[in-house]
Amino acid sequence: MLSIKNLHASVFDTPILNGIDLQVNAGEVHAIMGPNGSGKSTLANVIAGRPGYEITAGSVEYLGQDIAGLEADERACEGIFLAFQYPVEIPGVSNMAMLKAAINSIRKYRGEAEITAADFLKLIRNKAELVEMKQEFLKRSVNEGFSGGEKKRNEILQMAMLEPKLALLDETDSGLDIDALKIVAQGVNALRGEDRAIVLVTHYQRLLDYIVPDFVHVLSAGKIVKSGDKSLALKLEQEGYSWIEDELQQAS
Amino acid sequence: MYKAMTEVAEQNKDLKDLVKREYKEGFVTEIESDTLAPGLDEDVVRLISEKKGEPEFMLEYRLKAFRRWQKMKEPDWAHINYPKIDFQAISYYSAPKALPKLESLDQVDPKLLETYEKLGIPLEEQKMLANVAVDAVFDSVSVRTTFRETLSAAGVIFMPISEAVHEHPELVKKYLSSVVPVQDNYYAALNSAVFSDGSFVFIPKGVRCPMELSTYFRINEMNTGQFERTLIIAEEDAYVSYLEGCTAPQRDENQLHAAVVELIAHEGAEIKYSTVQNWYPGDENGKGGIYNFVTKRGLCKGDNSKISWTQVETGSAITWKYPSVVLQGDNSVGEFYSVALSHNKQQADTGTKMIHMGKNTSSTIISKGISAGHGQNTYRGLVKVLKGADNARNFSQCDSLLMGDRCGAHTFPYIEVQNPSANLEHEATTSKISEDQLFYLMQRGLSAEAAVSMIVNGFCKEVFRELPMEFAVEAQKLLDISLEGAVG
Ligand SMILES: Nc1ncnc2c1ncn2[C@@H]1O[C@H](COP(=O)(O)OP(=O)(O)O)[C@@H](O)[C@H]1O
Ligand SMILES: [Mg+2]
Repeated sequence: MLSIKNLHASVFDTPILNGIDLQVNAGEVHAIMGPNGSGKSTLANVIAGRPGYEITAGSVEYLGQDIAGLEADERACEGIFLAFQYPVEIPGVSNMAMLKAAINSIRKYRGEAEITAADFLKLIRNKAELVEMKQEFLKRSVNEGFSGGEKKRNEILQMAMLEPKLALLDETDSGLDIDALKIVAQGVNALRGEDRAIVLVTHYQRLLDYIVPDFVHVLSAGKIVKSGDKSLALKLEQEGYSWIEDELQQAS
Repeated sequence: MYKAMTEVAEQNKDLKDLVKREYKEGFVTEIESDTLAPGLDEDVVRLISEKKGEPEFMLEYRLKAFRRWQKMKEPDWAHINYPKIDFQAISYYSAPKALPKLESLDQVDPKLLETYEKLGIPLEEQKMLANVAVDAVFDSVSVRTTFRETLSAAGVIFMPISEAVHEHPELVKKYLSSVVPVQDNYYAALNSAVFSDGSFVFIPKGVRCPMELSTYFRINEMNTGQFERTLIIAEEDAYVSYLEGCTAPQRDENQLHAAVVELIAHEGAEIKYSTVQNWYPGDENGKGGIYNFVTKRGLCKGDNSKISWTQVETGSAITWKYPSVVLQGDNSVGEFYSVALSHNKQQADTGTKMIHMGKNTSSTIISKGISAGHGQNTYRGLVKVLKGADNARNFSQCDSLLMGDRCGAHTFPYIEVQNPSANLEHEATTSKISEDQLFYLMQRGLSAEAAVSMIVNGFCKEVFRELPMEFAVEAQKLLDISLEGAVG
């Protein structure tokens, strides 16, 4: 589904990613861990097509197509979703209105008819229940006055509504208490499926107790320095990142 | 906190510049008209009055205004730049040649009907927006007022002011210039001297007007000025909601529009006045467009009366407009909700005045300014609390939204308080559409244009919700069209 080869990328002309190789197949869940500033958010944003985040070498292929030339909205319509580390407030625009416009825009891109008001209401009620979000949140302006946890849950609601093929979650677990964490995991697990893939950027292994990844990668200074299975995350939690750096030094 | 503030845009390189919007109302109607040669003197004023067969009191009124105007100086405003207007190069009267009095639609020139169809304002009653009566003013003359019978059954008078002068001279005499004196300002004096038509509304005691009343103004002829005059009176406990919409053909020359609107609300009455203004704004280099110098003022004359102005201003090369409320009655309420957009080389200087005179009066001001391209948007507001106005309250909120790095937003909230019990609050914000917001919405699948439109409409929400439903939709569409190409 996602095939990243020797990816070098700059953020507003500052080189951040230094040769990333990553293969994510349909049906898989990948976790990306690593110290602060190692380039995790940058990677997620490059895949999503954020302006200012430029590929300087290498390639990102999604569903067999190089996506460098696609705008952010085209990538979204192709099924790429990014749950933001810092969700943005849009004053005066209700969650509902935004989601309806988003769904219809994606449908239009795919040559499908607009969703009916009744179907939309049914869908959003269902999904709101899944992430245990009260109806009143749907009418409030997007993320405006939401607590940190509510913003993160709102990201998961949006993901659940848009049903992406590739979901990138950037530290959706940060700052959540255990109940909220479970709700987020519930939303993500509901999305898991044969023809979807999920990339979780996280600091903590505790999220991985609820969403069990197939692969864990460690990012350091813009490179994937180690990959493994879930046990790698456990080891990182117990021993931190220093042993990886020691290993790297010994190797060189 | 209350002192004048200026915020000039500094902005985001990535929101690229704004291009052309097409002005779809920019066509010209080929129609024979009766147009006076350009120029203004006492004879022209007499001629206008004579053409309309006005009673003596109107001629006297006009002449008095003209003499005042001659002695006045054109105002000079800090944040508006435009070449001097040559008042002698303007024609002060233009009327489509038609039958003298129209009894039915069949007698309206089909070309005129076509014009209004193109503008999306069918005048045939069955095709009209449900529950909206329309008075259409083409250049200087009222073309047709719809639903007159239904309205008169309710006791509501809704007719061109040129007819009211004949049919209800006592009302016109009593109320004309009772809120905006002829010498009030330069443009008001000019209007009083030469106005040709506009709407007259009278809602008798205790009557809730059964439908929305609306007027469409259309400037068609070249080099004509439009000076319409609107007078709305709501007697005790009456209610009316009135809407005006405006368009003009696309021309390279600037055209002058200097209207005067007066509202009078008696005890317990409420008047809601909404404007969706879409005059031709000129092209992206600032060529052409309407100069819109308008005096709008409402008088809350009786206790417990309420006047509310809502405006969405997307057109005009220059807008100079301060709808105001004089809160004379005790417990009276004044409101001002405004969205003003200036794109390309447009300049908007708009705001409101709330004059608190009675006891326990309150006013609310919500102003949303949007600047894009080289647009300059100025909010200029005055809240004045006079000595006897115990417990006056005002809440003002002025928000500016900037798009691009060459536009500007300026906020001048003035206050004058002569009574210590006054409670005034003012909030002001300036924001720009951020890259983060755009990317966020685009990541959800919206195009750049749809994302901008959504952010702008969210910004304007508090004003749009004051508009009647159909017009809120219209206003949103208008903003979308006006901002087309606003992001690269
Ligand atoms: N807009 C930006 N301009 C310049 N440098 C940036 C920008 N955003 C992030 N960076 C830098 O890129 C590096 C990686 O950041 P980020 O991808 O956010 O790391 P992580 O998500 O792993 O904590 C950091 O050194 C950070 O300072
Ligand atoms: Mg990060």
